[in-house]
Amino acid sequence: MGTLPDSDTTARASRAPWLTLRRREAIEGWLFVSPTLIGFLIFFLGPLIAVVFYSLSEWNLLSQKTTYVGLANYADALTENPDFWHVIRNSVFFAAGLVPMNMALALALAISLSRPGKGVVFFRTVFFAPVITSAVAWAIVWKFLLQGEAGAVNQMLAQVGIDGPNWLREPNWAMVAVIVTRVIKMVGLNMILYIAALQAIPRDYEQAARLEGASGWQIFRMVTWPLLAPTTLIIMVITTIGSFKVFDHIYLMTGGGPENGTLVLAYYIYEQAFEFFNIGYASALAMIMFVIVLSLTIVQLLLRQKGSA
Amino acid sequence: MELTRTQSRILMRICWALSLGVVAVPFVFPFLWMVSSGFKSATEIFGQPSLIPRVWRWGNFVEVFEYQPFARQYFNSIYIASSVTVITLILSSLAGYALARIRFAGAGLLMLFLVSALMVPEEVTIVPNFFLMKWLGVMDTHVPLILLPVFGPHGVMATFLMRQYFVALPKELEEAGKLDGLSRVGIWWKIALPMSRPALAAVAIITFLFSWNLFLEPLVFLSSLENFTLPLALSNFTDPYGAPLWHLQLAATSLAVLPILIVYLIAQRQIIESFAMSGVKG
Repeated sequence: MGTLPDSDTTARASRAPWLTLRRREAIEGWLFVSPTLIGFLIFFLGPLIAVVFYSLSEWNLLSQKTTYVGLANYADALTENPDFWHVIRNSVFFAAGLVPMNMALALALAISLSRPGKGVVFFRTVFFAPVITSAVAWAIVWKFLLQGEAGAVNQMLAQVGIDGPNWLREPNWAMVAVIVTRVIKMVGLNMILYIAALQAIPRDYEQAARLEGASGWQIFRMVTWPLLAPTTLIIMVITTIGSFKVFDHIYLMTGGGPENGTLVLAYYIYEQAFEFFNIGYASALAMIMFVIVLSLTIVQLLLRQKGSA
Repeated sequence: MELTRTQSRILMRICWALSLGVVAVPFVFPFLWMVSSGFKSATEIFGQPSLIPRVWRWGNFVEVFEYQPFARQYFNSIYIASSVTVITLILSSLAGYALARIRFAGAGLLMLFLVSALMVPEEVTIVPNFFLMKWLGVMDTHVPLILLPVFGPHGVMATFLMRQYFVALPKELEEAGKLDGLSRVGIWWKIALPMSRPALAAVAIITFLFSWNLFLEPLVFLSSLENFTLPLALSNFTDPYGAPLWHLQLAATSLAVLPILIVYLIAQRQIIESFAMSGVKG
């Protein structure tokens, strides 16, 4: 009796070849994506799942043993370790300073540079140049320029009678300095995204509004700005997520200091993992970062759906 | 005196150029200051600041190579960024082509799965990757610096960029190729790839720069000086107490930044467009 199904399949196979066109397509498809997929599973998805387990355990470096500790690492971060909320506050402050400044400047530059004309390409090239420059180089040069008294920035401020602060040695000024230099570094990227969006708006809209007697500001307020809304939304989310990822810039300019004044989440994870070897705690922090970024992405998707509906 | 229409237009244009010129200062100034300070002596750097060095110390640029194996580090950056770029181009165009052209079960799910990876910061997975690389025995080698960018969110982004481009391409040529007896790989290599040069160029540019500027991974995975990449090497021009040796650091930074900047100035249009292409996808 057991042989019956077998003979049945062979019979069917002899009627139609096993390698149908559809099967052939499927095999080709999976073969084409397999290098990317396998690498992705090993070096991205695997580690992402591993982080969850790491975050639930305590790692003893001496005995190389791990013990399951449940949510203790999360509890440590959320309730016990005062550094954590300080770091979150810094990260939020960093994002809250960087995102609006970056977007306002990007939009202003894009509006000034969206129409072809003499000098437009020159200025676009200038404002975009820091984007392609390494964050390390950018941070090194700005650290040099922002030194206490000898720094070029303060020397120039002195010329106009302003006694500049020791930018990177005072916690609040250090945060300001890090935010502003980061905006200058990255604003070019948002500028070109805004330029692309502005150029996609038909010129007739503006001309029609002008014929109705609308002023430049009114045209911007009633025509341009609403049409830019989808772009603004995407830029806002990308920039906010980007601001949570900033590491190299801060590592080199301030090292998270002074007095942990610029210690943000990405840096805190690095410090806990690779300087203090608190693997479990660092993994819990990484999970928290993952949740923050994921929520921001979901919010973006929801808003985008609402906008298109 | 009333201004004529043309006069007021010219006046507007001058105001426009002047205000943008002022805004441009913090964008240009760091580059100028970096190069000029790279030529200064250690003592002049802390003297009265001036953009033109009093004495041009070409010797700084020699000393940079003596202080650490800078030529070797420079070469590391070039060959790692080139390898990452070539591998990413091949893998992302293969996968992107399949996702755009080949109908296979699970393709939709796979897309969704990959999309979810786009936004995850590298900081989230760096700790397990550290132990993975340790287990593979490739610590203090360049293997992690090639594997992680290729297979991380950046590689996924490249795959999507390629997919979007293939979807928009007309199918007719590929179908003609099929009739001529070309295999799938033949169609991909001989027809699809040559037609997607703009997308390949965009992926190449952003991938090269991504790898070239990478800092966290080299910092975590590398420990010997001769294995360092440029960003890590630049951060390392310090005296034994950790204070920066500014004249050397800025000379080295100039050497690392200027070639990229020159290529950028020549090909700025292409480079800016590449970033625009990748950014819209995000």
